[in-house]
Amino acid sequence: MSSSSNSPSLQGFLRSDGRKGIRNCIVVAYLVECAHHVAREIVDAFKGQPVHLIGFGGCYPNAYADRMMNALCTHPNVGGALLLSLGCESFNRHRLEQNIEKTGRPVGTVVIQQTGGTRKSIEAGKALVEQALKQIEAVPRVPLRLNELVVGTVCGGSDATSGITANPAVGRAFDLLVEQGAATIFEETGEMIGLEEVMSSRAVTPELGEELKKSVEKAAYYYKVMGHASFAPGNAEGGLTTIEEKSIGAYCKSGDSEISGLIKPGDVPRKGGLYLLDVVPDGEPRFGFPNINDNAEIAELIACGSHVILFTTGRGSVVGSAISPVIKVCANPETYNRMSDDMDVNAGRILRLEASVDEVGKEIYGKVLEVASGAQTCSESLGHQEFVLTYKSFEPIGPHCLPT
Amino acid sequence: MQAEGTSRKLLRIHRDDNVLIVVTPIKPGDRDLIDGLEVVFAQDVAIGHKVAARSIQPGEKVYKCGVPIGSAKEAIPVGAHIHLHNLKSDYIATYTLEKDRVFVK
Repeated sequence: MSSSSNSPSLQGFLRSDGRKGIRNCIVVAYLVECAHHVAREIVDAFKGQPVHLIGFGGCYPNAYADRMMNALCTHPNVGGALLLSLGCESFNRHRLEQNIEKTGRPVGTVVIQQTGGTRKSIEAGKALVEQALKQIEAVPRVPLRLNELVVGTVCGGSDATSGITANPAVGRAFDLLVEQGAATIFEETGEMIGLEEVMSSRAVTPELGEELKKSVEKAAYYYKVMGHASFAPGNAEGGLTTIEEKSIGAYCKSGDSEISGLIKPGDVPRKGGLYLLDVVPDGEPRFGFPNINDNAEIAELIACGSHVILFTTGRGSVVGSAISPVIKVCANPETYNRMSDDMDVNAGRILRLEASVDEVGKEIYGKVLEVASGAQTCSESLGHQEFVLTYKSFEPIGPHCLPT
Repeated sequence: MQAEGTSRKLLRIHRDDNVLIVVTPIKPGDRDLIDGLEVVFAQDVAIGHKVAARSIQPGEKVYKCGVPIGSAKEAIPVGAHIHLHNLKSDYIATYTLEKDRVFVK
């Protein structure tokens, strides 16, 4: 497939809301940690088939987690869902089941206390998944245009090469995707600290610019209260000295397009363009760090509709995700040589002066099209399906966040 | 983005930067030209790390990609490794593991 083709012929799984998936998987979702084991046993029985494990571990209600689970279970890459409840947790399983049912997807709930314990629940769940897998074979496949695609990006295990190779190359790929009408999402406002002025000047309206700036100020305050920036010891070993320096690397994943909007977890962009996902909770800091690890951010990008995730790494992360494929772009040529099985793109060639940022950007763009056409990513073929969801709290986005 | 002169070791990202990025591991005794001035490196510096493109005064902002990434904690001579020992954040202090704290004064 030509990476610069204007109308690549992609196929998508058509959902009732008009969105189209590039995968057709069943999610098995536990609604409290107490149901996690049963859910995992069910998923393990379908190894090699598109059955993914997700869930929320908390017993107490949380509007954010509720919104995330509803968004994830009705994601275009999801064909059907099985919900696993212990029976006494607070999660509103009835509403979640109804919301999934309304979309026409096969859905079932196994309540462990009502079904008669672990063994019976595993058997009941397996039967439901088998049935759902048959049902989703009938989902119509239709042409998928690039302006229907949502692509998210995240960086993890960053070192000082991330910001000069993989991240600017993803930025270039984002520019190409935006030109074709796709929606692209970058995130981690905690890693925009020091760049609030530069970033807000790219907003489509001055009011949105103010919102972007406020989101970074909120992140700076939040992390100050936590006493720790979004910065791990490996970042320093890799040559990054300060959060501002790490920010530059994270920021250049956004490319050069103007910024069309500010969204929060669960908000799905309704048109193409570049969006900043505000991942830092609103209100007084509570529940701990905004995102406890990279997969918490990936889950939020997916809840915003991302069909595919571009994950840049210098130190060498191996993670994938449930629901949406993760393309790993390796920034550091030495890391790539050590861990090439896990890496889809070697952006370290830029550091070796063997390829330009533009060339690697086009390669990433081509990889997105391949993966959207069904090609497996390295993390998919290795069986990675990481998922995590924790407590957070958000206010809805303000009126200036999505200018029309 | 272009190589600094004929250097295959150092990369200048932005014209306003007072740091250069190491693209080939540097060993003690290695020599290179920075803006026409010969520099002899005193220590190992790994790829991705930064060295001073010119002498930097205590308290002066350090620029990478044309953006300030913190302030110098001490005078930094041209060619010296810039990291936790001589650069600090203007926002939130950097956390590192014990073994890395040898960098920190």
